[in-house]
Amino acid sequence: MTTISIDRVSRWFGNVVAVNDVSMTIEPGVTGLLGPNGAGKSTLIHMMSGFLPPSTGSVTIDGVPVWKNQEAYRQIGLVPEREAMYDFLTGHEFVLANAELHGLADPGAAAQRALATVEMEYAQDRKVTTYSKGMKQRVKMASALVHDPAVLLLDEPFNGMDPRQRMHLMELLRRFGADGRTVLFSSHILEEVEQLARHIEVVVAGRHAASGDFRKIRRLMTDRPHRYLVRSSDDRALAAALIADPSTSGIELDWTENALRIQAIDFYRFTELVPRVAKEAGIRLLTVSPADESLESVFSYLVTSA
Amino acid sequence: MNLTVARLTVRGLLGRRRGLLLLAVPALLLVLSIIVRAAVGQDESTTVNVLGTLALGTLVPLLGLIAGTGAIGPEIDDGSIIYLLAKPLPRWKIIVTKLLVAIGCTVVFAAVPTYIAGVILFGNFENLALAYGVGALIAGVAYSSIFLLFGVVTRHAVVVGLMYSLLWESVVGNFVSGAKTLSVQQWALSVAKRIADPGVISSTVHLPTAIPLLIVVTLAATGFAAVRLSRLTLAGEE
Repeated sequence: MTTISIDRVSRWFGNVVAVNDVSMTIEPGVTGLLGPNGAGKSTLIHMMSGFLPPSTGSVTIDGVPVWKNQEAYRQIGLVPEREAMYDFLTGHEFVLANAELHGLADPGAAAQRALATVEMEYAQDRKVTTYSKGMKQRVKMASALVHDPAVLLLDEPFNGMDPRQRMHLMELLRRFGADGRTVLFSSHILEEVEQLARHIEVVVAGRHAASGDFRKIRRLMTDRPHRYLVRSSDDRALAAALIADPSTSGIELDWTENALRIQAIDFYRFTELVPRVAKEAGIRLLTVSPADESLESVFSYLVTSA
Repeated sequence: MNLTVARLTVRGLLGRRRGLLLLAVPALLLVLSIIVRAAVGQDESTTVNVLGTLALGTLVPLLGLIAGTGAIGPEIDDGSIIYLLAKPLPRWKIIVTKLLVAIGCTVVFAAVPTYIAGVILFGNFENLALAYGVGALIAGVAYSSIFLLFGVVTRHAVVVGLMYSLLWESVVGNFVSGAKTLSVQQWALSVAKRIADPGVISSTVHLPTAIPLLIVVTLAATGFAAVRLSRLTLAGEE
């Protein structure tokens, strides 16, 4: 059982702060590292995998620093985001080379086992350059697993994968998590994380925004104030009817857009309320659209409420 | 030395367009030598000129540049180096292995062709062919370590290496007498001078100066490359 500890870590590049005073502990099982693009996920994974020193703070695996510690790679399996991977080799040659570089006693058998785990035996003799993105991802997985590591770090592993490949990789990661390995994967897609990880760490703009059980954080995301733009046949009457309900916390008449800007604090009740109230008052709804449903705004809310 | 790293480096070097370049440059030297021999006949000063200027002055630094930067630069550029670095393998071992591969390439594609060109031009007389062959070998070792270091420290290793070869080795080294003391080409010439019959090859640097400088530069460049590789970071992808 292996634990990754990130203790008060900051990392800056010149004037840009990529990671700002982040502390988290990654326990055995599957953990999702969630955040929008540019949030600092890759920077955190680079620090966890020993490819970037923290500017301040410490990153350790079972208490041992990772930076400039090559022995740590006996425990770490890394699946980087970048695709380049010695394209002139076949899949088998690539995984075998990784096994040899780890100094395994029987690299051939280890490579074969890893390729079987990711179900890539059928294409193992083809050059990597002929692989689809999903196949490359699986061979990268095989190379990361070849030495049976206790920690698996994956940077945006589902990027570019089709749904079937995604399902397969998720199943694989679930299995590794259930085996007691410490699996951490990054993603900017909420649904991916939801399907795979019960425990998530959310980072936004380099800061640690939330941590814990996915359902708890999902509820936080759902319960945040939602903003809608609504156009109807009688905006004033609709506004009067909606503001009477406690699910609505504010309404503004936007003259330039000729619409209502509504802030709701109870998502489910509000979505049920709008059509009901309109129907009862004989008002025709022309537009009901969320005004701030981008992932960034959801994450921003988590940061301010954290 | 790590055999897997060596195998990957050799395949990377020879498998791409770089492999064709490695073959084409020495082939050009050999073809030119045949033409010169046919046109001028067996002539000492022509041989010294061709081997000194074309082989030691152009072919060897060019091959050192292709092999030295090519042994590591492309892997750092495209990020595939991560598969070597994410292993319980000392970084100095990776550098030394890659250096040995680069040296091997300069031996096969620069030193041996230089010797053969010497034999074509002047036979085995006055030890000229052997002298320039050994000179090319020694220069190849130094160039490989210098260009390997460039491959680690800068993403523009080929440009920096070309500027070094053209500006320092060719222009400054040939026209500024003091700078000749710090020219790999002159160090190699001083070794060649000792091997060839007396008075055939001239060099401005004395052997007792050249040998320690060759050793210091090669070791320093290799050591610095290993240190820089151990601090290589992945950044700025987000």
